[in-house]
Amino acid sequence: MVALLTLKNASKVYTSGMVRQRSITALQETTLSIGDGKPRITAIVGESGSGKTTMGMLILGFIRPTGGTILFEGKNLWKVSRPVWKEYRRQVQAIFQDPFEVYNPFYKVDHMLEVPIIKFKMSRTKRERRVMIEDALKAVGLRPEETLGRYPHQLSGGQRQRIMVARALVLQPKVIIADEPVSMVDASLRATMLKSLQALRDEQGISILYITHDLATAYHISDNILILYQGRVVEAGDANLVITEPQHPYSQLLVGSIPWPDPDLKWGEAEQVTVHREKPSEFGCPFAPRCRHVMDICRQKAPQFYQTDTTRAVECFLFQSSPILDKDQIDTVLCSEYDRVQ
Amino acid sequence: MNEPILTVRNMRFYYHTEAGPVKAVDDVSFLVERGKTLGLVGESGCGKSTAAMAIMRLLKPPGKLESGEILLDGIDLAKLSEEEMRQARLRGISLIPQGSMNSLNPVLRIKSQLLDGLLDHGETMTGAEKLAMIKELLEEVELPVSVAGMFPHELSGGMKQRVCIAIAISMKPKLVVADEPTSALDVVVQRQTIATIERLRQEMGISIILIGHDMGLMAQSVDHLGVMYAGQLAELGGMVDVLKDPLHPYTKLLIKTLPLLAERGHFEGIPGITPSLLNPPGGCLFASRCPSVLPICSKEKPIWIEAQKGHCVACHLCKEN
Repeated sequence: MVALLTLKNASKVYTSGMVRQRSITALQETTLSIGDGKPRITAIVGESGSGKTTMGMLILGFIRPTGGTILFEGKNLWKVSRPVWKEYRRQVQAIFQDPFEVYNPFYKVDHMLEVPIIKFKMSRTKRERRVMIEDALKAVGLRPEETLGRYPHQLSGGQRQRIMVARALVLQPKVIIADEPVSMVDASLRATMLKSLQALRDEQGISILYITHDLATAYHISDNILILYQGRVVEAGDANLVITEPQHPYSQLLVGSIPWPDPDLKWGEAEQVTVHREKPSEFGCPFAPRCRHVMDICRQKAPQFYQTDTTRAVECFLFQSSPILDKDQIDTVLCSEYDRVQ
Repeated sequence: MNEPILTVRNMRFYYHTEAGPVKAVDDVSFLVERGKTLGLVGESGCGKSTAAMAIMRLLKPPGKLESGEILLDGIDLAKLSEEEMRQARLRGISLIPQGSMNSLNPVLRIKSQLLDGLLDHGETMTGAEKLAMIKELLEEVELPVSVAGMFPHELSGGMKQRVCIAIAISMKPKLVVADEPTSALDVVVQRQTIATIERLRQEMGISIILIGHDMGLMAQSVDHLGVMYAGQLAELGGMVDVLKDPLHPYTKLLIKTLPLLAERGHFEGIPGITPSLLNPPGGCLFASRCPSVLPICSKEKPIWIEAQKGHCVACHLCKEN
């Protein structure tokens, strides 16, 4: 089955300056497919500047890739006809970080939910529209009578963020890109929000790309995790494996820094604060200057993906005895927890 | 020596709006032991930042400190004049603000921002002393001296946060209030920043109040933990006691929302929403969301009791030790 969306060796390079050009690679030759029939939650994890949001923006068609292609149902997204583009816009929905910024304060929240239905001609009558909105609100655990007819400022952050999910839901999408959907929501609501994302996967069959810097929640709700470092996927695979036994030294550093809310699980030895960092060599592994296990080869050429497990690949020379996995085959290690649990 | 560095007694801080007073902090009492870290957690709007700012006396009308004592090493900050309080800030009590991104002046070099507070507090320094001071402060927070000549936009988020820490410790205060010092940083930088604050606490003997919403961060770095709900302290005790043996139903539920390593996929939200602080209902403010609610809860406000040694709670379910 052709995946709904595929990033194929997609890169994004930002260039600046007219005379002396400088370029920053935000995302480097990344391959990933989403929505290939098996609903799953894939987490994209990385620090700020690692390219995780760039990846989301590429998938949402907000920016064009500078290398590689993005395929929608097997067709190049940037060359499709208008009706196909519109279909893509309906099937791929987004939830953003800030539940305060996305609302126009002059409109009631009803407006937010009605506009997409009208634009995409999803309903014929006003009544039908109302039913669709109410169903979507119920699906995210909101009571329509308490939500509709209100202005954004009359609702809490958690309610607003859930309305954003409902807005995505009314269009019956196949894929939702959630860029830090819970980072501005409180702990008590965060759990509820994440549960509702899981419910979307299990009940509505929607695949979700969960972009976050929070490894703990990624571990809990995702089937797979991709760890990004400076625009490259350094480790990808089953969420459980990646968090409980991280293999890439960067993943180990990240996982070791998660503040688990458990007094028995203290942080290990903190990474030395290195301010005068050597610049990573142009050809080598970008993590080499910070790596505890750095070898000569790491500075000379970039590592490839090595498949260390049926459900995991790591881009690190420490694992070069494992079979090489082509960059564009990374999808083969991503499986669905959903299949295994069900 | 065991006398607490900060004692807050019955602090009430209200915002007087047109609709009436909002009881942002209502009858909160706690103390910070000398050289220890007290963590205050709670959801947004629970009053934790207001409590911290009220201690610093940095809040402006319509906010007003209604009553209460704030004893910093025996001196009641609530009674100081504006000028005395200004002198006490930085020297006695200082702040690491929330959002280091926005708290530095974008058009001043780091070195002048480091010295600004010192000079304003009447320190007179020669040029050489100033340079030595800048160097010492930057070294304390593990930044290279070259940062002194830079502007804030040239620094990363973690580095800016370190500059804020350097400013906060520049006059060797007794107490540092850190208001979500790492909320905008990623996990690795967060851990390094907390490690630096922890090292300074040990080396300089500073006491710390760490405000935050991240229980995980608290579990990693504080000695005592207070849980706030709707402007009031629900529970306060040793960090391990509060996390492992929570007494208040809110704390119990809050801990269940946390993602643990051992139990993948197990976490629950807390149903319901926080009551409005404008006209809070009588009785316990958590009653409407509490799974073990008793008839008395909606009628009487629970009193603050020491249920176990050093572990206080405000809940009708608990009996005094």
